Amino acid sequence: MASRYVRLLGVQLRSASLLALQYRGDFLVEGVISAFWTLTAMVPLFVVYGERQAIAGWSFAEALLVVGWFTLLQGILEGAITPSLNSVVEHIRKGTLDFVLLKPADAQFLVSTTGFEPWRATNVLTGIAIFVYAFHLLGRGPSIPGLFASLVLLVTSTLLLYSMWILTVSAAFFVVKVDNLTYFFQSIFDAARWPSAVFKGPLAFVFTFIIPLALMTTFPAEAMLGRLSLRALVTAVVGSLAFAFISRRVWLRSIGHYTSASS
Amino acid sequence: MSMRTTFRALPALMRVGFAEALAYRAELLVWVLSTTMPFIMMALWTAVARDAPVGTYGQAGFVGYFLATFVVRQLTGAWAAWQINYEVRQGTLAMRLLRPISPLWTYATENLGAVPMRVMVAVPVAVISVLLVGPQAVPQHWWGWPLLLVSLLGGWLITFLANVCIGTMALYMESSQKVMNVWLVLFFVFSGYMFPVAITPPWMHSLGNWLPFRYQIGLPVEVMTGVHSLPETLKLIGWQWLWALVLGAFSLALWRRGLRRFAAYGG
Repeated sequence: MASRYVRLLGVQLRSASLLALQYRGDFLVEGVISAFWTLTAMVPLFVVYGERQAIAGWSFAEALLVVGWFTLLQGILEGAITPSLNSVVEHIRKGTLDFVLLKPADAQFLVSTTGFEPWRATNVLTGIAIFVYAFHLLGRGPSIPGLFASLVLLVTSTLLLYSMWILTVSAAFFVVKVDNLTYFFQSIFDAARWPSAVFKGPLAFVFTFIIPLALMTTFPAEAMLGRLSLRALVTAVVGSLAFAFISRRVWLRSIGHYTSASS
Repeated sequence: MSMRTTFRALPALMRVGFAEALAYRAELLVWVLSTTMPFIMMALWTAVARDAPVGTYGQAGFVGYFLATFVVRQLTGAWAAWQINYEVRQGTLAMRLLRPISPLWTYATENLGAVPMRVMVAVPVAVISVLLVGPQAVPQHWWGWPLLLVSLLGGWLITFLANVCIGTMALYMESSQKVMNVWLVLFFVFSGYMFPVAITPPWMHSLGNWLPFRYQIGLPVEVMTGVHSLPETLKLIGWQWLWALVLGAFSLALWRRGLRRFAAYGG
């Protein structure tokens, strides 16, 4: 069973990369645009830190680590998660989701692996470059156990992002016109660019418990700095697993609600 | 079709636009929820201003500024670029071209028809702003109110016409989506959407004055929160309408030339 899914994933990946390679010009353009995006996205950071040495206890270099994680996760989100789930929205609108549901494999697996945008890998490289620069500014290296913790957090953050996307897409079954659900999600995720300590009051509550952005970028950055407690790490793992479980339940329910376009 | 008959059709088109906004109210809600950036920026900047004010903006100043930004973004929104891009690619633009009225008018009325629904979102936020910040969240002088309306209209015109320009580029290339993305990045940096233009470094401030983005959001927000004197406001509104004029002429020329190249796919 498992080997069948691994093989299926291989097939899907191969077809996605062939599709991507079809438009070679795009490759370069997308890379340039992606770098441009990252640079301009950092303008608010420069403006903010032009005013102050530290904000909510985070210095410029430390905040850069958060931005690095944000950039890296954005690459994963836009390269591996968004493209395939956008196609679900398209399927729902056109009524072609029936064909996916009829296939003899898990529908969530199928819809999650249909699209990849390999050039988004540039974001991962940009993220790493930002890490290097930030630690250069800090004048020290990352803590070694912290690095391992941040790798664990990379897995949990990806799982969280993916689950949140599944939840957003499940909403597409109930809302008719959904093109801008993508924008909705991306604009929420945008808040993850800043250390979570910045947010106070209701926003802090939302970003910790309802949409766990703090867990995705602030925790890994703190881990790299070697100041993340073991308890926080365990919470992150347990929390993301719980989130994944809930999103799976919701997805199954939404599929149950789905009435095909033709009937 | 003569101008007179076009204008006679406008009220009906506006009603259609309103009915559409009403029919797709869930989509409108999603759009409103996806413009939450001002609230995030508000949290960030009030955190920055916790110890000392930034420029002329203290914590209350930032609250007023970003709530006004939210209001202005709701009222000046336009999405014609995505619409035109989509319709060119799908070939459904041909259907619009068959009508005896320019599609540009229908795009404009569709966007404006949603304004009443958007006012319903914007006004409560403005009221909350007054409750939180006090009367300085809205214009202090009598002349501020009419000029706010003028600057909002100008801001919408720039947003809409830029959308038309970029959407029309889809007639020259396969898709203008990427051009739109570049425009949006510059918009975020220079429009005053993420930080008041007044607190940016001087080179950015003066560059922003020359670009159209600031007149989309920043200027109406500044008029609403009343940071300029009357002559200064009038001068900036002059610049705003100059940009609207330039973009209007440019988009019309682009549209006319582009249509000649349009061949409906699958037509």
